[in-house]
Amino acid sequence: MPLTRTTRTISALLACAAMLLSGAAQAGVREDQLAQYASAAKAETPGFAGFSAERGKTLHTQNFTGGKPDTPACTSCHGKDPRGTGKTPAGKSIDAMAASVTASRYTDPAKVEKWFKRNCTEVLGRVCTPQEKGDWLTYMLGQ
Amino acid sequence: MNIPYRPIALGLLVLGFSALVLGRAQAGGNHFFAPVANAVVKEECGSCHLPFAPSMLPASSWTRMMGNLKDHFGDDASVDPKLAAEITAYLVANAGDEGGQRYGAKLLRGVSATNAPLRITELPKWTREHRKVPDWEWKHKDVRTKANCTACHTQAELGYYDE
Repeated sequence: MPLTRTTRTISALLACAAMLLSGAAQAGVREDQLAQYASAAKAETPGFAGFSAERGKTLHTQNFTGGKPDTPACTSCHGKDPRGTGKTPAGKSIDAMAASVTASRYTDPAKVEKWFKRNCTEVLGRVCTPQEKGDWLTYMLGQ
Repeated sequence: MNIPYRPIALGLLVLGFSALVLGRAQAGGNHFFAPVANAVVKEECGSCHLPFAPSMLPASSWTRMMGNLKDHFGDDASVDPKLAAEITAYLVANAGDEGGQRYGAKLLRGVSATNAPLRITELPKWTREHRKVPDWEWKHKDVRTKANCTACHTQAELGYYDE
């Protein structure tokens, strides 16, 4: 019996440690992706001077004409408030984009890239630049 | 020996009734379409719209649809080729003329698999079942598209499409 209890305590402790570690890893994933966008932006524009949440906000809210007429802005589907939910054209609810509201956001780099590709094409009619991606991500991580 | 007929009969009656109710619940009175159970399919097909039950279309339709995700009803919905293969395999295996027959058979009656229809909302049975829905309801801001099943069928995500 005492052995079982010890084992249980140890596994509980291990589980806690694992949770802490994965939390740290998640935070790292976001920063790594931002760093990747930064080096790509630097390579593209020699005068690159970092990302700006303000520019990210503008990108998120402004209207474009290059993409689909029914989705001129990110906010067309995501809604005006980054902390609020959005709605797809097919009626499905979209979790808030703000990292503070939807904790799982931006923890899977492939997913982030997938949606940048898809949504930039639909809204802007082209892929987004590393500068734009970094600005936008900086904005959402601060929300 | 004194056989307690009454309790036995009562018990059988209750059993029979539950079986009937359960059977109906499972078949959903023909309005049940087993929801997508595969996590990849749920994520990839269910981000933009309700992940439609594979039993709602024949296998040929799913193969055709997955073969042209670049133009998915006007959207570029391309996915990673490896994921696409997994999604196609799931949809085909559970299609209305494959593993999902007991759900989809009625909806697919009179549908030719060789035509590989892409829109569930253009199947004859679907059109008939929705003929009484007025135009203004389709245009309602909470509906907007016939693909938005959940707007009216609130339990659609669980597979229930009763009124």
